[in-house]
Order: sequence, then C-alpha cells, then structure tokens
Amino acid sequence: MKGRIHSIETFGTVDGPGIRFVLFMQGCALQCRFCHNPDTWDTSGGRQVTVDDILQEIEPYLPYYRASGGGITVTGGEPTLQAPFVAELFKACKERYGLHTALDSSGFCETSHAAELMRYTDLVLLDLKQMNREKHQWLTTQPNERIIAFAQWLSVRRQPMWIRHVLIPGVTDHGADLQALGEFVGRLASVEKLELLPYHRMGVYKWQQLGREYTLNDVQAPTEREVARAKGIIEDARERGSLLA
Amino acid sequence: MAMTEKQITDRSGTPEAWRGFVAGSWRKGVDVPSFIERNLTPYDGDESFLAGPTENTEALWQQVSKLLKEERERGGVHDIDVNTVSSITSHAPGYIDQSKEKIVGLQTDAPLKRAVQPFGGIRMAADACDAYGYKLAPELEELFTTIRKTHNQGVFDAYTTEMRAARRAGIITGLPDAYGRGRIIGDYRRVALYGVDKLIAAKKEELLQLEVDSMTEEVILLREELSEQIRSLAELKKMAATYGYDLSAPAGNAKEAVQWLYFAYLAAIKEQNGAAMSLGRVSSFLDIYIDRDLREGTLTESEAQELVDHFVMKLRIVKFLRTPDYNELFSGDPTWVTEALGGMGLNGKTRVTKNSFRFLHTLYNLGPAPEPNLTVLWSTQLPKAFKRYCARVSAETSSIQYENDDLMRPHFGDDYGIACCVSAMRIGKQMQFFGARANLAKALLYAINGGVDEKLGQQIGPAIAPITADVLDYEEVKAKFDIVQDWLARLYMNTLNVIHYMHDKYCYERIEMALHDRDIVRTMACGIAGLSVVADSLSAIKYAKVRPIRNEQGVAVDFEIEGDYPQYGNNDDRVDDIAVGLAENFMNRLRKHKTYRGAIPTMSVLTITSNVVYGKKTGSTPDGRKAGEPFAPGANPMHGRDRKGALASLASVAKIPYTHSLDGISNTFSIIPKALGKADEERVTNLAALLDGYALSGGHHLNVNVFNREQLLDAMEHPEQYPQLTIRVSGYAVNFIRLTREQQLDVISRTFHGEV
Repeated sequence: MKGRIHSIETFGTVDGPGIRFVLFMQGCALQCRFCHNPDTWDTSGGRQVTVDDILQEIEPYLPYYRASGGGITVTGGEPTLQAPFVAELFKACKERYGLHTALDSSGFCETSHAAELMRYTDLVLLDLKQMNREKHQWLTTQPNERIIAFAQWLSVRRQPMWIRHVLIPGVTDHGADLQALGEFVGRLASVEKLELLPYHRMGVYKWQQLGREYTLNDVQAPTEREVARAKGIIEDARERGSLLA
Repeated sequence: MAMTEKQITDRSGTPEAWRGFVAGSWRKGVDVPSFIERNLTPYDGDESFLAGPTENTEALWQQVSKLLKEERERGGVHDIDVNTVSSITSHAPGYIDQSKEKIVGLQTDAPLKRAVQPFGGIRMAADACDAYGYKLAPELEELFTTIRKTHNQGVFDAYTTEMRAARRAGIITGLPDAYGRGRIIGDYRRVALYGVDKLIAAKKEELLQLEVDSMTEEVILLREELSEQIRSLAELKKMAATYGYDLSAPAGNAKEAVQWLYFAYLAAIKEQNGAAMSLGRVSSFLDIYIDRDLREGTLTESEAQELVDHFVMKLRIVKFLRTPDYNELFSGDPTWVTEALGGMGLNGKTRVTKNSFRFLHTLYNLGPAPEPNLTVLWSTQLPKAFKRYCARVSAETSSIQYENDDLMRPHFGDDYGIACCVSAMRIGKQMQFFGARANLAKALLYAINGGVDEKLGQQIGPAIAPITADVLDYEEVKAKFDIVQDWLARLYMNTLNVIHYMHDKYCYERIEMALHDRDIVRTMACGIAGLSVVADSLSAIKYAKVRPIRNEQGVAVDFEIEGDYPQYGNNDDRVDDIAVGLAENFMNRLRKHKTYRGAIPTMSVLTITSNVVYGKKTGSTPDGRKAGEPFAPGANPMHGRDRKGALASLASVAKIPYTHSLDGISNTFSIIPKALGKADEERVTNLAALLDGYALSGGHHLNVNVFNREQLLDAMEHPEQYPQLTIRVSGYAVNFIRLTREQQLDVISRTFHGEV
C-alpha cells in the first residue's frame, strides 16, 4: 500500500509528548483560512511512499524518541484521508518498535473510516477550530457536524486525546464560541490535555508562493493577555460542561 | 577508612597542605590523575545547593562590565602597553579592585590593558597597535626587526615558493605563521598540588637523566628546553611574589589552590599569545580542595562559589593584542580559555562534582559570556541531574558546548582536556602542533581547472590537464581530485613542519611545557574546510548533471545543475558516504608524510569562523554555492539543505569517522526555543535526550544555541541592549555584538531548526 506524503520532520517536539518523528501527509478536505501548510492541501501533490520507506526513515532515530518519551505523530494535510495507510504504518511502528503513536487530525472524517486506525493510535490530537457552524464553514470551507460527531465517537471509545484550538483574534476568540468549546470539551470523556495555540503568521509566505490569496492579512497574533482571557473562559466552561456530562 | 586524619599525618609525615588527602602514587612523583582518582567526590545531586553572587562579586562584575563596555566603545581595545615586551615577570601587579578580589592577578598592571607579545611576529604586534590608534615603541620594533628574530621571520625564511603561493591563494589558510600557535595546555593543577619547588626539582632530575652518551640533535634540543622550563618556573614564583604569594610550597586550602593554579595559567598567557590558550580540566580537581575546606568548616558554599566566580571573572578578561584581519578568521576576539567539565572516570565513576555545577552557575551569577569556553564532556552515563542542569543552562544561555566523552575516553583516558574548540589531549602528557586547515572545496576546483586558481587565474596546484567535458563526469573528477589531494597533503604537511620548527626555535612555550612531562605525545593537527560543499558537489556531479561555465581562460567560474541530487544533512547514505570518504581519504594522505618531531598526524573538521573567509576566497562550486558565499561551519551541512529536521542533520554529521578526525568534528546546532518543546521542563528533557542520542550515535561535538532569529536581528540593530548575548559558533562562543556584520549575517542565515 502506498501513501502520499508531503515531508518528514525528524525532530518534532510540539505535536505530542517528547521528541517525535512527524510525518506530514499530503491532501486535505478543509481549506482553512489560517492554515500554515496550504502546500499540503492538493491530494495529487507530494510523493508516494510505502510503509517500509517510512519505517526506514524512523529507525535511525529510535533512541531519541525512546529516551524522551516521544514517538511518531502523523499530521498533514489530513491524515485520516489516508486512514488505511496510516493504520498500517502505526501497526508496524507498534509491532516493531513499540513506539507511541499520535494522530493529529481535524476530525473531518467518517467514524467508520477511522475504526481500524484507532486500534493502533495511542493519542489523537484533535483540532476543534470553531463550535459555531456558520463560522466554521466560513473559516474552513466545511460545516462542523462531522467533526463534532467524530469527537464524540472518540469519547465513547475512551480514546485518549489532546484537544487543540487555534486562537485567532476576531475569528475564533468570541466569548460565546469559547464557552461553547469549553462546554463541549468538558463533556468529552478522555481528554488529557487542552492546548490553546496562538495564531501565528509564519505560513503566510507559502500562500504567496502558491499564488493563493491570504484573507487574514489584517489579523495579528494574540497577545499574552488575550490568550490568558481565552484560556480562562474555556476552562470555566469546561468545568460546567463536565458537571453536565 | 579506620584511620583518622591525625594518624595519617603522624605516621607518614604528610605535609600540612596535603592533610586529609588519600595517599597514592601522586605523592611520590608528579601525577595529578592519581590524586584525582583517589580523592574526587562524585556528585549526582541537583543544582539546589548552589549559592548566588556575593556583594563583592556583584560589585566587581559591575566594574568589569563597565570596563568591557568602554572597551567596545573604544573600538575593541581598552588600552595597550606599547613600551613593554610581555613576559612572566614584565609587569607590576594589577588589580580590578584589590579590596574585593579573592583571586588576583592580571596580564599587565591594569585590567584590559593589552600587552605586546612580539616573539610570534613583530608585524602582527605593530599592525595591531596601528589598527587601534596606538604606536608600538620604535625601539621595540627595531629590536625585533634587526636584532631579535621572530617566529614569523623564521617561517618566511624557510617557506618555499609553492608554500607562499598556496598561502596566497588560500588553499591553505589560517596558518599560525605570523602569530602564536597555542593549543597547548599546561597542567596548571600541578602548581597547586605540588608547589613550584617540587616541580623545579623534578625538571632538574629530568635534565640530569639527559646527560647521555650521545649528544644528538634531539637531546640537545630537549636539554635546552628543559633549562628554559626550569627558568620559567622560577619566574612564575617571582611573579606571584609581587602579588604577595609564595608559590614554593603546595596550596594549603581552596583559595590558595585556585590562586596557585590561576597564577600558573597567568604566567602562560603573559608569555604566549597563542591562538587558543586553554585551561584544561581544573574544576573537579579544585573541588577536592573546596570539599576539604567545607568539611573542615573553613569555607561556606557561598564563599566557595565566590572563589569560582572571581576566578572565572579573571578568565573572562584574558585579552591578547591581535590584528583586525586575525579577527576575520577568528571572530569576536576569542581566547579559548577552554575548561572541560564532567565526563566519566575509567573506574566507571563520574567526574562530575559540585564544582562542575559551580562553574556552570557562573553563567547566572555573572550572566552569560563566551569565555571561559565551558565544554561539557558528555557521556550517556553522566548523572541524570547534571544532564538536566546542562540542558537547562544551554536553553537559557547558549553558552556551553558538548563533546562526546564516550567517544574520546578510549583514545585519551579520563584526564584529557580540550584545547581550543574540539582538540582532545591528555593533560600534561600530550600537545599538538596546530595546523589550521586546507580548503578542500578549492582543491576540488583545482581538479576541474587543472590546478589553476579560479580567483587568481594562476597555476597554483599541480599542472594536470583541465577537464574540458561539457558535463562533468564523476569518475574523471574523482581521479583528478585524488591527484590534487596528494599534492595538497604533501604541501600542507611540509608547510606545517616549517612552521612548528620555527615556533619551537623562536617562540617556545616555556612555562606551558614546564607543566608537561618530559616525554610527550605530539600530534600534527591538520584540518579541512568545506566538507559539506565538496560532498554535495561530488553528489551533484554523480546524481545530477553539472555543466561548468568557463571563462575565456577556460576556467570554470560557475556551474549549471540539472536535476536533483542527494544532499549532505538528510541522513542519506548516497551522499553521506561521500563525506565519510573525503575525511578518511584526506587523513590517509596526511598519514603518508614525515612530520616534525615525529608528531602523529591528526585532522579536524572545524572552521572556527573562517568558513566566511574561506567562502570569500573560493569560486562557485558544483553544488550550486556561488562564488564568495560562506561555507557551512565545521562539519555542518550547508544552510537550508538539511530538510528532514534536526535528527537527520545530526545523523549525517555523526557518520564522519572520529578515528580519522581525531582532532575533532565540529557541529553547530541552532534551534528556536519553541521547537525544543512548549514548556521549560519539556525543553530540558528533550535537549538532554537529544544530547544522549547524538552521543550514542557517535557524534563528536555539538554547539547548542537556543534562540530566535528575530532576537539576533534586534541585537544587530540595538547592540547596546545585548552586551552579554552569547552564541556558540564553530567550537567556541562569542559575544554576538562583537562579530563583524558579515559574520552576524552568516550566523543568522544558517539553519535554525524548527522554523516553519
């Protein structure tokens, strides 16, 4: 089986615990306005590789991943678009190396499509971008029902997850939206961590290179105060949500 | 032990200074390693015991900072004594603030006042004075021009036409032929442990043993050197006496041990303006004295830290008079007061002591600084708490470098130090003849251009037939490159032989060698620059299509590359094997040549900061690098070509075989803080794991920088706000704001791992 990948990073430290091998898959069904990897969208781009190709890339660095309590993270693009490939890769990583596996996903995935993959996934890094349906559609080109269903499905399966939310001033930081997010997360069963990722503009040049129009030009990275405020709102709501769960 | 201290003293007549020390062979002859082995107390705890700076320390450092600021404002030099030739006893005592200094001694009679050290070369001294608006005393210039010959003059008397041409073309550069060679580490600890009288007696005995039947050239040379060594030890005592200290006898407590040791080092830097004047491995040795005082109740932790802080403060203001073009090669006014910390003993116990922590802690008590060049001898066996502390200090100060003790210990034992950046040597038992480096990238161009220099347009290399094909053929290039390398290795070794013959003759390191055994191992430390450029060039020729663009003279001045090729820095054996082969083959060529004084040839893959100058002097190369662009530093991959992340980049470098590069393989690693982990604790864990992994994979050296590009850009704009911003470059650290603008831009343009 072959998978279509964008690139690899041998020293990832921000997508899951410890030092991680990060595999960027090619192709995504969303087209988020703030995406810092728009070059991974095109499902016909990148290059095709086998699971063995990737294992060979991982193997030299196993001592680093083990010593730091790290592992492998597959991100993208959207990795669930190629769920069978990722499942086979994770299965091999577990069987051969006993490696910790993490899937960084938008959750825009039919649950039936991901069942096999979840058998070999230790941790899901799930991006919840916007709880408001219309705003979600505007931000990502797609509505969010499927994502919400996916999160609930993971919760039922008691799948360990880290929820991640990109804080974009004026776009995803409205009080009501943050409250909705907090409450929703509070009701999920197996959330180990909630990470608030401040919006940054480091991928803007890629939009220019691709000749795409970047529509968030007026948006700046949030200040520390704004991040603290958002965190407060989400955590309060999360507590309420967990009482309702 | 059942016996009390008193009993030992009574029975064996132990000198008061050695009270409480466990006896061993170190008491019979000069044998510092045996003393350490028997008396060191390993420490596997964390940093919580450390003390902050005392009031005296803070006040003194404030004064030093002010002086350093003035020095920068005056264009890099605070003051020069233009009338005195520096020697061990040349200057009256100098102080920063005598009432506050626990450890005393300066190179001249005032802090930051630089001395004239003309034995390496009078031109360098005179030019340096001129460059900073001073004038060397005419009688000194006269003396060292017409009456007393210098090393520099000796070398040029003997250089051949070919050597001069190679030097001019820059295929061999950075040679210590106009300045002191350095990279010799005296065993300064001997002075503290034994006192000077015992060392003189031992040297006199060595001299006596050389009253032999046949007075060969070798014996005559050694007898003269030993006599000079003895003389220099007497001068050391004299110098210390002017500060009110009697160094005849061993140091009796921690303060004396630090002071004795520092005086010995001070004598060396007053006598020699060597390129690198490294300290050795003193911190854990000194811990034995501090530990004894702490147990005897005569010293507190705060006082112990104060001794270390004051000692380190002195090491931070070691200054030499050098010319601005020297600064091009070795940017930022480095002195390489390299101190090796940590490591493991051959007995399996760690050499980490509380004093290893105290030395690192100076980076907080006094703030970050490039000197002393703190070098952690990393072993996967080091205590976990020490590993974490090192990683924390790195992440917060970018001021330390790491070298793989597990790799070096089998070669150098457990009492070696690091000279300069990456050169390991057994302390007091081994020295090196520093040989700068040969430019392999230029050698490759000579292979393509029939030995004609692409910049000068002159025949410098062997007159082989130039390659005339439209597309470069790998086998043809390789065959011609072999011929050029044969020529280069021979010429290079012969040149070094001339240099070191003359250095011994006109600029001998008397006091440093007085602190060595009589019979020592010498290495001829050659080096190469441009490893990644050549590896990528050969890979491009092999895996893509490379078309030379020739000028009217037929010299290839640029190259067109069609297609992709594997690049060094991505853990791809197709090109990494080429890099490995380069190191191995050039080293094997060096091994074929006869060396001065039977030195063992070694090689480093280290550029210091000369990667910029080398780049300037080298035309476009077949890897796509344009004429004048810098090489990557040391063994680093070229900027931006390592595309699979830090570990793949490290893996490529770790393949360069240490057995063929025993003088060190330098790798500079820069990462943005965010890419090391989100929280402080994660960063520490990840960096420690990274260092363990690199050591396990056989990597030799790693400079670790943790900062953002924006911070460096801001420091370029507002240097006054970053007086202590320290960054690691190839094998040493510098004050970022003291780099030339060109060097600053080079640092900023390099790969910062973790940037999007």
